[in-house]
Amino acid sequence: MSRWLADCCACRSATSGSGYHSFRAIARVNVDDGPHWEKSTVHYDTVIIGAGMSGLSAGVRLAYYEKNVCILERHTTIGGLNSFYRLRKRNYDVGLHAVTNYAEPGSKGGPLSKLLRQLRMKWEDFDLRPQLHSSIAFPDCTLRFTNDFAYLLEQVAMAFPKQIDGFNRLVRTIADHDALNLDKRQATSARQVLSEHISDPLLIDMLFCPLMFYGSATPRDMDFSQFVIMFKSIFHEGFGRPFDGIRMILKKLVRHFKALGGHLKLRAGVSEIVQRGGKAKAVVLDDGTEITTDNVLSSAGAAETMRLVDPTRPMVRPKAGDISFVESISVLDCEPASLGHHDTIVFYNDADSFHYERPNEPVDLRSGIICSPNNFDYSRPLEDGRMRITALAEPDYWIDLPEEEYQQRKMEWNDRIIESALKHIPDFRSHVIDTDVFSPRTIRRFTGHLNGCVYGAPEKFANGQTPVGNLYLCGTDQGFLGIVGAMLSGITIANRYLLK
Amino acid sequence: MTGVEIRQAVLEILERIAPDEDLSDLDDAVAFREQMELDSMDFLDIVMELRKGYRVQIPEEDYHNLNTMQSTVDYLTPKMKDVPVAG
Repeated sequence: MSRWLADCCACRSATSGSGYHSFRAIARVNVDDGPHWEKSTVHYDTVIIGAGMSGLSAGVRLAYYEKNVCILERHTTIGGLNSFYRLRKRNYDVGLHAVTNYAEPGSKGGPLSKLLRQLRMKWEDFDLRPQLHSSIAFPDCTLRFTNDFAYLLEQVAMAFPKQIDGFNRLVRTIADHDALNLDKRQATSARQVLSEHISDPLLIDMLFCPLMFYGSATPRDMDFSQFVIMFKSIFHEGFGRPFDGIRMILKKLVRHFKALGGHLKLRAGVSEIVQRGGKAKAVVLDDGTEITTDNVLSSAGAAETMRLVDPTRPMVRPKAGDISFVESISVLDCEPASLGHHDTIVFYNDADSFHYERPNEPVDLRSGIICSPNNFDYSRPLEDGRMRITALAEPDYWIDLPEEEYQQRKMEWNDRIIESALKHIPDFRSHVIDTDVFSPRTIRRFTGHLNGCVYGAPEKFANGQTPVGNLYLCGTDQGFLGIVGAMLSGITIANRYLLK
Repeated sequence: MTGVEIRQAVLEILERIAPDEDLSDLDDAVAFREQMELDSMDFLDIVMELRKGYRVQIPEEDYHNLNTMQSTVDYLTPKMKDVPVAG
């Protein structure tokens, strides 16, 4: 019996001296359906599916305003697309290379400050330290950037003197664009907008490269609103990272949520959302337990959520994304800086043009992201050196591999990914003391996202609504991006529909 | 609660919502928005904090009354006259 059920039974015997019948009365659910006899004694104002960044943040908001709220997480630990684990006595982050939308502690008006205010949390709670500097490395051209936007402007002016006026116009267009308007969204091609200002395809590709790698659910092009969100979060605001990685933020969120009275159930996967008359009424867990609720907020993904409403639903609409990655994680016996590598993140592309799409091969070796978590402005060194190299992957290949072959292929491709990245970084291979690799298969296993997709469905649901009344979406498929974006997504949807 | 007590309650709410702001020389006659960085999400929070702390319901069409500290206190005084100070 799962721990959750054990909790449930304990609470049942505590609430009732006369056994099953009074329990049924308390449960406020219809218990005619035989095998599902284990019912929750608690009826919730909102049940949240998924204890990732968005679900936890929504939970904090609801619990703060005294809503009776429960977060259900299928896995044994918190986090989703951004999570953490321990392997051979070392801590690893999943997802997080850097927190985008960096802002100096105490600054006002930006997404990070909005987020902290909404969560009633302090700057120290996130403990973000800024990046050193990053680069976009293409054949014969490198643009460097920091958290100071003026530096990127100088770099563009130097490398693309004929394009700088157009680039400045683009920057003004971006500043004037209201990307956070949830209701009047028109799909506009970002490539189209960029081509109106910039004529050199190399500069266009170089601008797209980091923005796509860090947030595009669609291949080749982005919706302009998504482009604007990413542009601001990476180039205007920039990168930061907590010294202890993502676990620090997640754990603070959970502690805060629980202190406000919220319930969190781990190992409690939702297998069905029960609806009657077009309204969500309850969720059924993997073990058959039914929990009744006034509202459901799901961070499981749009397609994934609608399959919980109707498991026979075809996968066609809404379409699940298929942009996924393989990541090679090397633990080093030294800091990358001691080998001469000081960049925080390198976005590289070695092909004539940049191809952001599901590759035909298991991994697209032409481009990738190199992240060195050591290269943030920390006052003391991290426990060990790290090099993480991430590249586009073909989801089906990795998901369909037989188990015995999977481990071997991971290590093979790990070596190939590192080799192809060595054009851009010092050869660190003789310093590697441990290796781990994740693939689309890993992502699917831990997030439940079909295809192991990282940035969700190509079509976003900005207003968070679904065809089912009182069933709402937050997280990647709602469409705010990055870690700060994910948290704001949960907050925004909670504010809009669930705090009435 | 008296007007003075209501003002203090609103001030405490603002401190909770926007801890980065210095509220020591807040001008009661000037719009909050002109003196501090407050967006629509923050305004919603003022309304909700009042509901949470003092069980005061403020309908959406009345939100414009929360423009300045003075207008807020004037608006809340009849609504909160029977609310005990402890809240």
